[in-house]
Amino acid sequence: MSMSSDPMIFLWALAKILVIAVPLIIAVAMYVWWERKVIGWMHVRIGPNKIGPFGLLQAFADVTKLLIKEIIIPTNANRFLYFTAPLLSVIPALAVWAIIPFDNGVVLSNANAGVLFLLAMTSLGVYGIILAGWASNSRYALLGAMRSAAQMISYEICIGMALVCVLILAGSLNFTAIVEAQAGSKGLFDWFWLPLLPMFFVFYISGVAETNRLPFDVAEGESEIVAGFHVEYSGSAFALFFLAEYANMILLSFIAPILFMGGWLSPFQGWHLGWLSAPGWWWLILKFFVFATSLLWLRATFPRYRYDQIMRLGWKVFIPISIAWIFVAGLFKYFNVVTAGH
Amino acid sequence: MKRIVEYLKSLLLLELAAGLWLTLKYMFKPKFTMYFPMETIPRSVRFRGLHALRRYPNGEERCIACKLCEAVCPALAITIDSAPRASDGQRRTTRYDIDLFKCIYCGFCEESCPVDSIVLTDILEYHMERRGENIITKPQLLAMGDRFEKSIAANRAQDAAYR
Repeated sequence: MSMSSDPMIFLWALAKILVIAVPLIIAVAMYVWWERKVIGWMHVRIGPNKIGPFGLLQAFADVTKLLIKEIIIPTNANRFLYFTAPLLSVIPALAVWAIIPFDNGVVLSNANAGVLFLLAMTSLGVYGIILAGWASNSRYALLGAMRSAAQMISYEICIGMALVCVLILAGSLNFTAIVEAQAGSKGLFDWFWLPLLPMFFVFYISGVAETNRLPFDVAEGESEIVAGFHVEYSGSAFALFFLAEYANMILLSFIAPILFMGGWLSPFQGWHLGWLSAPGWWWLILKFFVFATSLLWLRATFPRYRYDQIMRLGWKVFIPISIAWIFVAGLFKYFNVVTAGH
Repeated sequence: MKRIVEYLKSLLLLELAAGLWLTLKYMFKPKFTMYFPMETIPRSVRFRGLHALRRYPNGEERCIACKLCEAVCPALAITIDSAPRASDGQRRTTRYDIDLFKCIYCGFCEESCPVDSIVLTDILEYHMERRGENIITKPQLLAMGDRFEKSIAANRAQDAAYR
């Protein structure tokens, strides 16, 4: 281990991790506040407005409440798995941020197999949900876990195929290279959303399903199975599930722009508009904000899908479209319709 | 043909887009929320809230223990005992209890009262802390009447023309 031989490298890595993880956790808190505000506005309400200016500190008050609450363990729960489950869902949700680039070169680990790491980590998260459902020794929790497992399996295929399309066009598994492959002189029309338009929607909708958000939140389904997999969790254990869910939503809102919307590239690239055409992290943050808000917008608009409809959408609509578009993407690449990079 | 159109409609997410557009419009509409403790909605003079027993201007209590309110009360919330008053032998209540848990705030007691004694005020913010406090007694009702006589009389005067 080089950790002991060179403590500076260890400390430097730790500092880099903190620089990503701490803003992420604060972003989760702010995102919860923004969600409650946006949904409130769409319900013709005003949302939280009491704690702090515009209710900004509401999420911190909620977290404090959750952390000082007692954790109640069901009598016949498997204690080891019961406490492992929230960790299993929150650790991958945080670990995956290692490969997310925020600007050209601003990334914790510029891994060449970044997309693979992303797939692996987001797939691990579902084990936390399944274990939580099983270890709680509750019918509702088990039902939620089963639903979640079936849904994840169906929609991970679609996500994988959407990624394959991007990989065909970009020719790399590295996120920085994928973004740079979308650079060009035609502004936002150089990005991958245009040649891969159906896949962009498939990826986005499957991503919503993967994060267990409305209208795909059958794993939680408060009106049918109370709170699904985390029905028996309280206090800080519940807070970890909450953190993981929102970290995954933020992740989706970063991944979608990176893969399809040019990441930190300007939508006016190559149009010679001065600073407007320059790439920069602010473009990525702006795109993230739009995508993150759209997730809340979906929640405020749509009712929950029926379970068979979710399965139908995944297997009979998305997967055929994905398979067809992999061929189309291949043809694009073969005939050089889409040129990657400058 | 119809099936193909329907299929394309659902595939292109047209109806979902219409729903999203609707919620987006609502997002920017003026909000109805009332900042409750700081502001309240206007209350009608006919509002039926917490009860009170009124007095005449000379301080004499109005209630003559006719028990019409007790008889008309559909929830059996009112309990009245009466006896001749010691000082002048007039018929008066010795007990006038209203169970606030039973009361349905219909206002029949006020309607039936021949001397405008029992009234429903426009107070709606009140609470009980211990069991038993839900039953309010004659002294409490009279105190309510003394305290809010001004607003009770004003509300009745405003409404009198329409009765």
